Amino acid sequence: MEEVLNGLPKLGSAATAIGLFLAVLLILFFIGARFRGRLQGPVAILVFLGPALILVTMGLIVPAFRTIYGSTLDANQEEFVGLDNYAWIFDTQQGVLVNTILWIVIAPIASTALGLTLALLLDRMRRESVAKSLIFMPMAISFVGASIIWGLMYEYRDPAKEQVGLLSQVVMWLGVDDPPNWILWQPFNNYLLMVIMVWIQVGFAMVVLSAAIKNIPADVVEAAELDGAVGWKLFSRVTIPMIRATLIVVLTTIMIAVLKIFDIVRTMTNGNFGTQVVANEMYAQSFVQFNQGHGNALAVVLFIGVVPLIIYNVVQLRKERAIR
Amino acid sequence: MTALKRRRGAAVLAGGVAAVMLLAACSSDSSTEDSATEDTASASEEETMTDEGTDVAAGCEAYAPYMGNEGASVSIFTSILPPEQGLFEQSWSEFESCTGIDIVYEGSDQFEAQLPTRIAGGNAPDIAFIPQPGLLAKLVADGGPVPASEGTVANVDQYWNAAWKSYGTVDGTFYAAPLGSNMKSFVWYSPKTFAANGYTVPTTWDELWALSDQMVADGVKPWCGGIESGGATGWAATDWLEQIMLRMYGGEVYDKWVNHEILFDSPEVTAAMDVLAGWMKNPDYVNGGFGNVQTIATTAFQDAGGPILAGECGMLQQASFYANFWGNFQEGATVGVDGDAYAFYLPAMDDAVAPQPVVGGGEFVAAFADRPEVAAVQTYLASPEFATSKASLGTWVSANSGVPLDTYAEGSIDQLSAQYLTDLTGTFRFDASDLMPAAVGAGAEWTEMTAWFAEDKPTAEVLKAIDAAWPAS
Repeated sequence: MEEVLNGLPKLGSAATAIGLFLAVLLILFFIGARFRGRLQGPVAILVFLGPALILVTMGLIVPAFRTIYGSTLDANQEEFVGLDNYAWIFDTQQGVLVNTILWIVIAPIASTALGLTLALLLDRMRRESVAKSLIFMPMAISFVGASIIWGLMYEYRDPAKEQVGLLSQVVMWLGVDDPPNWILWQPFNNYLLMVIMVWIQVGFAMVVLSAAIKNIPADVVEAAELDGAVGWKLFSRVTIPMIRATLIVVLTTIMIAVLKIFDIVRTMTNGNFGTQVVANEMYAQSFVQFNQGHGNALAVVLFIGVVPLIIYNVVQLRKERAIR
Repeated sequence: MTALKRRRGAAVLAGGVAAVMLLAACSSDSSTEDSATEDTASASEEETMTDEGTDVAAGCEAYAPYMGNEGASVSIFTSILPPEQGLFEQSWSEFESCTGIDIVYEGSDQFEAQLPTRIAGGNAPDIAFIPQPGLLAKLVADGGPVPASEGTVANVDQYWNAAWKSYGTVDGTFYAAPLGSNMKSFVWYSPKTFAANGYTVPTTWDELWALSDQMVADGVKPWCGGIESGGATGWAATDWLEQIMLRMYGGEVYDKWVNHEILFDSPEVTAAMDVLAGWMKNPDYVNGGFGNVQTIATTAFQDAGGPILAGECGMLQQASFYANFWGNFQEGATVGVDGDAYAFYLPAMDDAVAPQPVVGGGEFVAAFADRPEVAAVQTYLASPEFATSKASLGTWVSANSGVPLDTYAEGSIDQLSAQYLTDLTGTFRFDASDLMPAAVGAGAEWTEMTAWFAEDKPTAEVLKAIDAAWPAS
């Protein structure tokens, strides 16, 4: 109770700050509304866009340039070292880059393919919504929570003893006497981690793709069927082209999520056992080993990786909107 | 048209809310109001104090050296949070009421990030509890701490093992006296299992291995271990290496190793790794209750001791704080010389090289202001009177040899820790990985030692990779 009371002044100061900010906004809006004539348009733009622009500049653009600049400085951000930090990445962190590329390629494709399959299988099924809800549910679990759950699934115990991990137990029931210590099982441990990502993302892919499939006009499908397209032909020649834009958006969205994958690797292995990825290495360099130069350079690499994906994604969304 | 309008309204609202949340987040980090209210509270306390008279009051005789600063206030900034905060405040409450110095305690979980910012901003605390010597050196380099008060120097010279003073010293100037301490050179075991099997606690290095072999002959894996620790995976393995380094070569070589005057890829460290390989990578010895050697890398250090209570593992090398973990494995498990779990001192290898080697850690009290009341508080915190007062409240150990051992609960792990930490003739050394640059001590050494266990990476490659990560400057 006492702690709650001690916290009240803080709450009060927060409320004051919010109130002040709203008051400033109101005054700005009021002044903006007073302008008439030639100035009306530009002032309205300034009043509405100004605060957002200032916040985006402070919160996004300035830090981005600072990070790029910081990636050319040394560990303590004191001396200029040119491209040494990038040389360090490409000389010594190749395994990390390869792992990240594997993640970007495999996890989104697997999630999307599985989501599409499920969407097709569940389409027009009875009680479709129940099945979909169940598959969508992992989406509500945080990456860290999911990793802890899957960590228990992969847990290793001496084969002679009672098993804790489900995977080991199932494999032993299938007749393998000596299951590996899954998390140490290189290079397959990378794929075991990707399973967690797929498990979470497949619900998202399924729901979005299912909606797209249902959006295909019935007359198109009928016409195709009249022309003799059934089964695989109908799927590959009609369904896929009709949902192509959605497929690409789903794929790139998951790719961007995967590019910054951090929580799963950190929780499951902390990047040990050959599973390190760029985002986790960036965190370790910046905040555990205090090498800001390496951390900034890794952030820039990640940034460069994300930009084309986002541009492609936006272009596709625009195209799709133009069609409708 | 109306739909469009409504959407615009919603967008403006959303933008506004986001902006407000940002501002609110920025404004709520200061806790100055809290200390301000405390200040006024203590001011009224002082008034009643001065009414009683300025002479040393009855019961306050022990505080005579600190008198003459009535009404002054000293702020302490630390990473130690409640509930430990309450114990600290309790331990110096008598000091406060006798001397009239008000100690304002402020704990923060962002301590290491905030302290340099506060110093740079001219808002340094009077005193800070610094969790490791590396941070102290960094602060001194940036110009923050003031040299320790004369009283503090006298206390440290008289009551602490000389090694402790060197860890509070930067470039020949002594800044900070140790506060609390922990002891890492312990081996945990089950006294009940030992009694049932007729094992005796080993007191020499050779006896330790004779006992291990005896357990192997009896069909029990003698050792278990786990180094998984989330973002800090591997630290437990660095502790094992430190124990061996200090025992094999003594303090001087250990110090050179810490300062990278001896490389990791050197005959000394290679030999120490070979000893460790014969211990924690020995398939006959490990990993009791978990499986093969590789499981050390995937077992959480918090879980590593569990098999000892189940009789599947004989011993675990871990620090004094492991006393808190046994209740997790078995409800009501007792820690004591006849209990379910207890610890013995990891024996010395060769008394001629390193008498009673102890690897440990602790925090240090640095002052940032040159005022008499700050000096008084710093001196008091280095005194046996304070250490005894704090230790009597439990779960805290001081390496101050002026604290009577019977201050600690009889037979407790705290008492056992204090017995070794306060030995002025022993070889005390600070945890090496905490002293090395973060790129090594919190980076390459962790990951490479983990790879050494998990992937059986060759020792030479492991040591070369750690050396390669050592910062150039």
